[in-house]
Amino acid sequence: MEQQPPRSLANVKHIVLVLSGKGGVGKSSVTTQTALTLVNKGFDVGVLDIDLTGPSLPRMFGVEKKQVFQSTNGWVPVSVYSNALDPVEKNGKTRRGNLSLMSLGFLLGDRGNSVVWRGPKKTAMIRQFLKDVVWNSGSSSKPLDYLIIDTPPGTSDEHIAIAEELRWASPIDGAIIVTTPQQVATADVRKEINFCQKIELDILGIVENMSGFICPYCAECTNIFSSGGGKALSESLNLDFLGNIPIAPKFVEFIEMQDNEENDGKRKLIDLYEECELSPIMNGVIDKILAKDLPSRI
Amino acid sequence: MAPSVVNDVSKTQLTAEEPEHCPGPESEQAGKDDACDGCANQDICSSQIPKGPDPDMPLITKKLGMIDHKVLVLSGKGGVGKSTFTSMLSWALAADEDLEVGAMDLDICGPSLPRMLGAEGESVHQSNSGWSPVYVADNLGMMSISFMLPDEDSAVIWRGAKKNGLIKQFLKDVNWGEHLDYLVVDTPPGTSDEHLSVSTYMKESGIDGALIVTTPQEVSLLDVRKEIDFCRKADIKILGLVENMSGFVCPNCKGESKIFKPTTGGGEQLCKDLNIPFLGSVPLDPRIGQACDAGVSFFEEYADSPAATAILDVVDALRDQIEISLDKLKISS
Repeated sequence: MEQQPPRSLANVKHIVLVLSGKGGVGKSSVTTQTALTLVNKGFDVGVLDIDLTGPSLPRMFGVEKKQVFQSTNGWVPVSVYSNALDPVEKNGKTRRGNLSLMSLGFLLGDRGNSVVWRGPKKTAMIRQFLKDVVWNSGSSSKPLDYLIIDTPPGTSDEHIAIAEELRWASPIDGAIIVTTPQQVATADVRKEINFCQKIELDILGIVENMSGFICPYCAECTNIFSSGGGKALSESLNLDFLGNIPIAPKFVEFIEMQDNEENDGKRKLIDLYEECELSPIMNGVIDKILAKDLPSRI
Repeated sequence: MAPSVVNDVSKTQLTAEEPEHCPGPESEQAGKDDACDGCANQDICSSQIPKGPDPDMPLITKKLGMIDHKVLVLSGKGGVGKSTFTSMLSWALAADEDLEVGAMDLDICGPSLPRMLGAEGESVHQSNSGWSPVYVADNLGMMSISFMLPDEDSAVIWRGAKKNGLIKQFLKDVNWGEHLDYLVVDTPPGTSDEHLSVSTYMKESGIDGALIVTTPQEVSLLDVRKEIDFCRKADIKILGLVENMSGFVCPNCKGESKIFKPTTGGGEQLCKDLNIPFLGSVPLDPRIGQACDAGVSFFEEYADSPAATAILDVVDALRDQIEISLDKLKISS
């Protein structure tokens, strides 16, 4: 049995997983926002999408038509944002980091094609992702600060595979658990937490997404998917609660109007995101994680 | 009953984990493929030759033969309302006292249907005639893995092969009674083991078709296109598509907001592009979520709400589609 961490992780300082037992609660959305927030704080970030049958991240980051290249060292992830052109200090803010993304979405012929794979094939793909992707920050061989791994819902092949691959990669920062407030969602999320405990993966905390919607006309807040489920869950299981993220149609809008191959010449998502009302909330969430001051892997 | 029973059904007992690129212990290539060289299971797999057709298939086909209509509820995306819609469809169909309805939950890692139908904490009984479903109304039975878990919070950490075993058993061993008018099958998101298995096992007895659920935004449509592609590959008829969570009416000022913006035209445009029937759109209503959490029928509680009307319209359109396809069959035969 190999007891070495997967080769691609040799140059990665922190690994964070984004998990949820339930689908459609906003794992990819939280992954996107976590990555953007960390980049804005000056970290170099890589994102790995292991949702093989429903990869959403290429769309979220507006890089659907980009391609992955093979280098002598392995697969080169798609660059989403490069700070090469950034001034060192911009308006007194820290210089942004770099952001790159790897997803199966880049390897499909047509965006409508389905990936109909049974477990063993998915496991093999995830192993290859962890073995063959070259994570570094920009063109230099500087190590990557954060690798964020977005997962599909459930506790099955993909999760077992990633847990096995990461077994020798400790210390791993841990998992951000995403839920929505209603009981139907928290019930599935409890299962995911149970999974984390079984595989001895630390939980960084719980984020409650889609918690409340503020009507743009009358500013009345409606709890479409009820409220308080995430906080109650973290209290009952004695886990950290990282924050409530409200429903923000603007964020969905930003995703669609960012500079992607369709609307050329528009602004980048990272610039748009700074204006989004979710940005300060997410900042608070990330600060809570950074405050834990977890040790670097290298 | 512990879910460990399921171990007994996988006919090939393996001594080690399947390797990467395993052709599948039940497949024709088992024990012969390149990937089998050096695998600890090679002897077991190759000794099972000849394979031939699955001996369980006739049993499944016979069991499913007494079900008139079988509908799959599918979506590539998670959290769009597959389980919600399955429960709504089941409640709506069961409101007709002459119909016998069954609801089956194939989401093994995240079963939500029991809570939505108000059957949480129930357990399944086994008898000579098979597993008896849990009845939530006189004419509405349901089956889910959550009835077999020792503890509500325990995770089901199963690889695909094990899930297939359970799905087969659900189809083969659940005793729905002498006759069922509708079986509504709820599925997990994606296009993987569960979807392949259920479509393979049900093929011989015939699936009426699939109801596709989506939400309006492109990120969701992207995954739903993949599911439609899967249905075409697997030769499953698409009965239609329903757009859930489309628009929200503020209970305070009645102003309507598009929370999940249909930037690329939403479900309706997708249906036009791919030439599938559009069954309607259902607005967001906080009370739907509350009804699902409480496990009560949304129609009974809030019969007059616009969402209830919209859902009932979709159910009617869906039944029309099912009946249209039956008429065609009669003419051609």
